[in-house]
Amino acid sequence: MKVFLMYKDHDFDVQQELPLNEPELTQDLELDTLFNAMALGDYFLQDAAKKVIFAGLKDRPDSILYRQSILKDCLNNPVIVRNLYKIAEDAMETKQKNHWGWLLENSNPAYVMSVSVGALQMFVGNMKQLRTLADEHADKFESDGFKTLFAMIKKELDTPYFTLIQNHLRRLEFHHGILIGAELGKGNEGANYILRKPLDKKLNLMQRLFTKKSPVYSFRIETRDEGGSKALEELRNKGIKSAVNAVAQSADHIDSFFSMLRFELGFYVGSLNLHEQLMKIEEPASFPEPAEVNERQHSFSGLYDICLALTVKRKVVSNDLNADDKDLVLITGANQGGKSTFLRSIGLSQMMMQCGMFTPAETFRANVCDGLFTHFKREEDITMESGKLDEELKRTSLIVDRLTLNSIVLFNESFAATNEREGSEIARQITMGLVEKGIKVFFVTHQYEFAHGLYERKMPNAVFLRADRETDGTRTYKLSAGEPLQTSYGEDLYKRVFVNDKS
Amino acid sequence: MTFKSILFNTTGEGANEVISDAPAFFVDLNLNQIIDAITAERDTYNLQPFFFTPLHSEDAIRYRHEIMQELKNENLMTAIKSFAGQMVVIRRYLALSDKLIYKYFKEGWFLEAAVQYYETVNNLAHDLSAIELKSRGFLAFRDYLKNYTGSDAFISLSTDAKKLSADFSDVKYSLHIHGLTVRVRKYEGETDFSVEVAQTFEKFKQGTVKDYRNKLREGTDVNDVEARILDFVAKLYPPIFAGLDGFYEQHSHFVNETISFFDREIQFYVAYLEFIAKFQPAGLNFCYPQISSVSKEVNDSEGFDLALANKLIAEGSSVVCNSFYLKDRERIFVVSGPNQGGKTTFARMFGQVHYLASLGCPVPGKEARLFLFDNLFTHFEKMEDIKDLRGKLQDDLVRMQEILAQATPDSIIIINEILTSTTLQDAIFLSKKVIEKIIGLDLLCVWVTFVEELSTYSEKTVSMVSTVNPENPAVSIFKVIRKPADGLSYAHAIAEKHHLTYKSLQERIKS
Repeated sequence: MKVFLMYKDHDFDVQQELPLNEPELTQDLELDTLFNAMALGDYFLQDAAKKVIFAGLKDRPDSILYRQSILKDCLNNPVIVRNLYKIAEDAMETKQKNHWGWLLENSNPAYVMSVSVGALQMFVGNMKQLRTLADEHADKFESDGFKTLFAMIKKELDTPYFTLIQNHLRRLEFHHGILIGAELGKGNEGANYILRKPLDKKLNLMQRLFTKKSPVYSFRIETRDEGGSKALEELRNKGIKSAVNAVAQSADHIDSFFSMLRFELGFYVGSLNLHEQLMKIEEPASFPEPAEVNERQHSFSGLYDICLALTVKRKVVSNDLNADDKDLVLITGANQGGKSTFLRSIGLSQMMMQCGMFTPAETFRANVCDGLFTHFKREEDITMESGKLDEELKRTSLIVDRLTLNSIVLFNESFAATNEREGSEIARQITMGLVEKGIKVFFVTHQYEFAHGLYERKMPNAVFLRADRETDGTRTYKLSAGEPLQTSYGEDLYKRVFVNDKS
Repeated sequence: MTFKSILFNTTGEGANEVISDAPAFFVDLNLNQIIDAITAERDTYNLQPFFFTPLHSEDAIRYRHEIMQELKNENLMTAIKSFAGQMVVIRRYLALSDKLIYKYFKEGWFLEAAVQYYETVNNLAHDLSAIELKSRGFLAFRDYLKNYTGSDAFISLSTDAKKLSADFSDVKYSLHIHGLTVRVRKYEGETDFSVEVAQTFEKFKQGTVKDYRNKLREGTDVNDVEARILDFVAKLYPPIFAGLDGFYEQHSHFVNETISFFDREIQFYVAYLEFIAKFQPAGLNFCYPQISSVSKEVNDSEGFDLALANKLIAEGSSVVCNSFYLKDRERIFVVSGPNQGGKTTFARMFGQVHYLASLGCPVPGKEARLFLFDNLFTHFEKMEDIKDLRGKLQDDLVRMQEILAQATPDSIIIINEILTSTTLQDAIFLSKKVIEKIIGLDLLCVWVTFVEELSTYSEKTVSMVSTVNPENPAVSIFKVIRKPADGLSYAHAIAEKHHLTYKSLQERIKS
């Protein structure tokens, strides 16, 4: 029984490592704001959101589209989806109630047996609920993912199956001693102990007609012999071990099914939570068009920084861009002109698209990437300038180590920790080095020599954006295409801060 | 050629000439740290003496180079490693068998060791025959193995062990435990109940599951109850157990001594190669040096202090490489320059590469020509010695005199900051006296000193200078070079340090 709500043909790998630059991405893109909005305080939903969103950096358009249609089903049937999630959640609580899942190293097999049998009995109830929900609501869902899931539940969980389970659980009570099969292993130590089911009496008679009966040797441990009875208990435990393993693994199987259901559905429940909040502040959410990883597409309208919108709880400034067939987007211009916000919205929308969610934009189309990296200023860095440049380059080098050819790198005012001539030269070499390898670079910079130098090259694969200001100096926080200018309008900022200073 | 040792060629030194104590210069050159790191986790092989014993002939070194290079062949290395792993198991089984008191368990573990042994030796012989070998050492060893595996003793050991263990694999019995009574009889065809349970719930399986079997508590040591059961099983299968008794008597001491030696000695190479492998991801190179016992025109490009590199890599820091060369009549490196600039590190590196080369090992560097010395002397200032000034100066000179008395033109002397406990004028005077003697001996020398006058003292001296970043003298770049730094701007230098120039990026990012 497979859940398959993430991929058409395989499970989501819950154990996978987060990308190595997870801490940087989380900090620079303020991802915690996004995760919190999805989780609404539920630790488990937060975990699912985080893992799926980061794993999205490896996903391709086909699985993105697969999830989009499942998410559309969720948006159409939010109550049913939340009920389904509740069943999985209850099953997990069964586990907690039974103290099962807390088995430690060196547990006593007899104890594990009784706990596992108990857990199996409770899971039967959860499975029956699942069956009822599928019977009542399956016809309201249109996505491949949900259709397959409900069909499978109906096929696998029927009455005869529930009966079979009960019979097995009863047999494991051992009223007439334990029959153990064994062989000789290394060093003649007893090995391959197996719990055997005694032959039925009838069959046993038939068998005795054909097989030569083995002699039987027996001995009895003295009641006072403590060492002996301890050894006997160990032997008994070895004998039931294979069955204990089977029973405990069976409970694990069912547990893992519900746990997978809860995890994969948890991502969609998180998306539902997020969607409801965006609707409340009237921000758009649209399903993006993912393009293949080797294409270079990046076009959108009405793209906004979702974390900013969630924080201020109202509509925020948005931007449009057509950067199809471009490898480099260089952003210059006014201080506090929305450049960092723009850079964040690029990273956030990419991650949201790649995990199968809606994007925070009116329309959004981009190629998927196989790695997303951020290189933002580290404000807390208080070392001397040279140490700071060293630190920035160290981080850059780490990014280069981890780069794949279809990565996106977001630089935010990088390599400014030295004089402009040197900083520009370093920035130029790094940018050109990356872009020529086909890596998509978004670079926000104040360094005129760097920006202007690249502009002069008239590269066909580069776009230059400028943070605008009105003629009176007020910021629009909108970006538009434009040649880099020599000043970053620090004077404007100065004037605004020192309103009454006439000099 | 008959095979004696994988470490020493038959015409050269014998295995019994191994030195058991570390040479005097080990601590000064931090070689003790290096050898400790190399031999860590291989205590049972007692490899250190091999690393304390330098070779004195070019051919003995070549013998090891051949073997070391041959081990680059992954198939060979895999074969050797699996051989070593199996030999460990064999020794463990034999020790267990020795220790046990219950007869059938004792004999059982002995049989287990024998089975493992003939398989191990056969596997190695088979693996080696499939590999195209060139080194003299491995070729001779392969021949030896071929003869040994064809010998009567070995064949009878394998045949007997094989037959016995096949017999034992047919033993199947049942235990019925009810209360305190145990019944033992042969197996009569009952089915496995756990399989039925597992099948019922199989459909929920989501991937790999926890295996409870290893987590469940059970007894480990062989005990009385198990011994009694085994005695009954022996009664159920009398001929098989009689065969085991015979085997135990007939084949005692079956491990061949030459193979046992090989198992230990080959670890010298494996340990060294494993150790240096961890430097390669950091971009550090090792090379097989050309060794000469005649030419003193030594060089090494991009060498490094192996002990320091080992520490830095563990911390994730980068390692600075340094190069050196001597040509014509040049013999002596006089290293001066700012402190914390890598001077001592340079001196150690020079000593280390020469010593490691004398072991027949690859050395730090891209390419090297090194001298096969007869003796290596170090004279490092001992900072921790608290003595009055005259005493210390005197000690320095006494030690220097001892070294010069023993040194020959084929020796190497490494001096680090001595004669500091006096006035500059004295130091210059004494240093000049000492260097005259060194020049007279025509030996190779590295001398770290603040007495810059020494660097231009003769045609045999070469000046090496430690450098720091010119724009920020607080930052050392740990480069020791023949000429002063050429004033590269700091930013560019630092970008280069991180391999982030346009050119390096083109190389680093693979299309």
